Amino acid sequence: MSNDELLVLGGKTFHSRFILGSGKYSLSLIEAAVRDAGAEIITLAVRRANTKEHENILDYIPQGVTLLPNTSGARNAEEAVRIARLARELGCGDFVKVEIMRDSKYLLPDNAETIKATEQLAKEGFVVLPYMYPDLYAARDLVNAGASAVMPLASPIGSNKGLATKEFIQILIDEIDLPIIVDAGIGRPSQACEAMEMGAAAIMANTALATAGDLPLMASAFRLAIEAGRKAYLAKPGRVLTRGASASDPLTGFLRN
Amino acid sequence: MENSFFVDSEKLSPAALEKKHRLENDPSFRTNHMEYMEGMEIIQSDICDKVMQQVRSYDYAQYTARDVVAALEHETCSIEDFKALLSPAAEPYLERMAQRAKAETGKHFGNTVYLFTPLYIANYCENYCVYCGFNCYNDIRRMKLNMEQIDHEMKVIADSGMEEILMLTGESRAKSSVEYIGEACKLARRYFRMVGLEIYPVNTDEYRYLHECGADYVTVFQETYDTDKYETLHLRGHKRVWPYRFDSQERALMGGMRGAGFSALLGLSDFRKDALASAMHVYYLQRKYPHAEMSLSCPRLRPIINNDKINPLDVHETQLCQVLCAYRIFLPFVGITVSSRESESFRNGIVKIAATKVSAGVSTGIGDHESKYSGKESDGAEGDEQFEISDGRSFDKMYKDMSSEGLQPVLNDYLYV
Repeated sequence: MSNDELLVLGGKTFHSRFILGSGKYSLSLIEAAVRDAGAEIITLAVRRANTKEHENILDYIPQGVTLLPNTSGARNAEEAVRIARLARELGCGDFVKVEIMRDSKYLLPDNAETIKATEQLAKEGFVVLPYMYPDLYAARDLVNAGASAVMPLASPIGSNKGLATKEFIQILIDEIDLPIIVDAGIGRPSQACEAMEMGAAAIMANTALATAGDLPLMASAFRLAIEAGRKAYLAKPGRVLTRGASASDPLTGFLRN
Repeated sequence: MENSFFVDSEKLSPAALEKKHRLENDPSFRTNHMEYMEGMEIIQSDICDKVMQQVRSYDYAQYTARDVVAALEHETCSIEDFKALLSPAAEPYLERMAQRAKAETGKHFGNTVYLFTPLYIANYCENYCVYCGFNCYNDIRRMKLNMEQIDHEMKVIADSGMEEILMLTGESRAKSSVEYIGEACKLARRYFRMVGLEIYPVNTDEYRYLHECGADYVTVFQETYDTDKYETLHLRGHKRVWPYRFDSQERALMGGMRGAGFSALLGLSDFRKDALASAMHVYYLQRKYPHAEMSLSCPRLRPIINNDKINPLDVHETQLCQVLCAYRIFLPFVGITVSSRESESFRNGIVKIAATKVSAGVSTGIGDHESKYSGKESDGAEGDEQFEISDGRSFDKMYKDMSSEGLQPVLNDYLYV
């Protein structure tokens, strides 16, 4: 694509705008999922990678793919910072997705703690991608805290419900000068496509693939949808009427000079 | 017809035997099971009232097929929906419940299944719970592992590949003190990523101490939420005090534990009410402590085979499956553990529907992991087992079986932070 810019995160450029999750499915499917998704970034839970020997998830991730370890399991900023440091020690690199939840039912992110953790981790040289509830003020604070992107949720994680927070994500896309990566709740390729048309920089999905009948096939469907959405965004969609019809005779036709 | 529990050991002295019989037959000889004993912390909590109010008003006979279908059609499961799913009217809809449960499990856990193993470090017990193999009147080989022996057991288990351990003791504060358990937790932290406890209930400050020693998860089985029935089954000892036991999980969370496990022993009393109570216990505590990770277990008393009368309150595999599906639909985010008391085929089936955690390489005895795992003759004493298990699969076998069922076994999903 000539007029497309590449996705840049922490100084690294990516051709793919599909960030793949690695949870909830068999390790043996990871390679096929990455391949068919065309993904260049894959997330993984540090708590799951923190295993001794038996089939470590890290061994299943193809070479050349950027790891995006997440801090799931953290309940506050301090715990998230400790998990991020552990990820670095485990050899997962400098990227980290901050995930802080204080609710085990909906797993909604705690924006206030996320801002604190982002600030600390950015100071320590991490490329911080915070998962957050789409709130404009929180997003601005994340920018000031040194985040490399902002990852608002589309709907509750794992719910496959799509863009429940569409209006608010649009506000972030319009107002925040960082890549907006829509994360959590995207259940269908069509929803991913819609978010990309809106101007999202990338899509992160996991459960939608993990619960699909054919995981690699769904990975490839997402890839195509994300590419389609991106192209549509760059092509600048034609107008869509929100209400009523448009008069073919102009209302201002009576004006004379 | 109920399981008959009373067993007289020949080794009991006449005086002990007399006391035992009086406890069994004379309610006035027993202490008030609703009254706290000395040293038991009383917390101000509204959870018990809320749970028991739901249980008291639950008349499962009033639910109809229509309520069940409506419950299955609702996107989120209300308390009323859950009550319908637990009712006899839901039994014909078990397959539909299983389909729904599977979808919910998939959303929250994908196709993963967690493996863990229990480690009994002592089987001394001060309680007389009439149905339990460890009860104080039972003539079994009692044993308490010392730190060296615990270290050895843990090494054997860790070498098998396990990363999560659940440490258990009989309920004797005198023989297995909080400090003793704390030291065992410190050892466990060296070998395992995740340390859970299933011990006698303790006070908040003691839970805090155990958490600092490395434990992060506390499981307490209420056995039955039916206080009248509870009184007739737990005849002496600290465990007799029902409300102190009820508040255990809340004290554990107040003490900084990360998660709590709950269960009734289904079949002791009306299993539908006990299943409702267990789930409501989780539900209300989760609302109060939203960060906590909750899990449910589902042990049951097996119905007596060839019983000439069919007891509608017996918990057969069908009823157990119904309860587990209802739990999953109502509480999609909780872990569900199915013990090795259930058969291999039941466990293989239920992990595809609702359960998220199974034990493997299980011994309910004391100090016998090496002989069980390697077949090597034990050189030391071993303590007797609490109960017989049904699914005796080793860790390796379970790992392979779960993989061949299309599931991804997970050994650790946890960080002690």
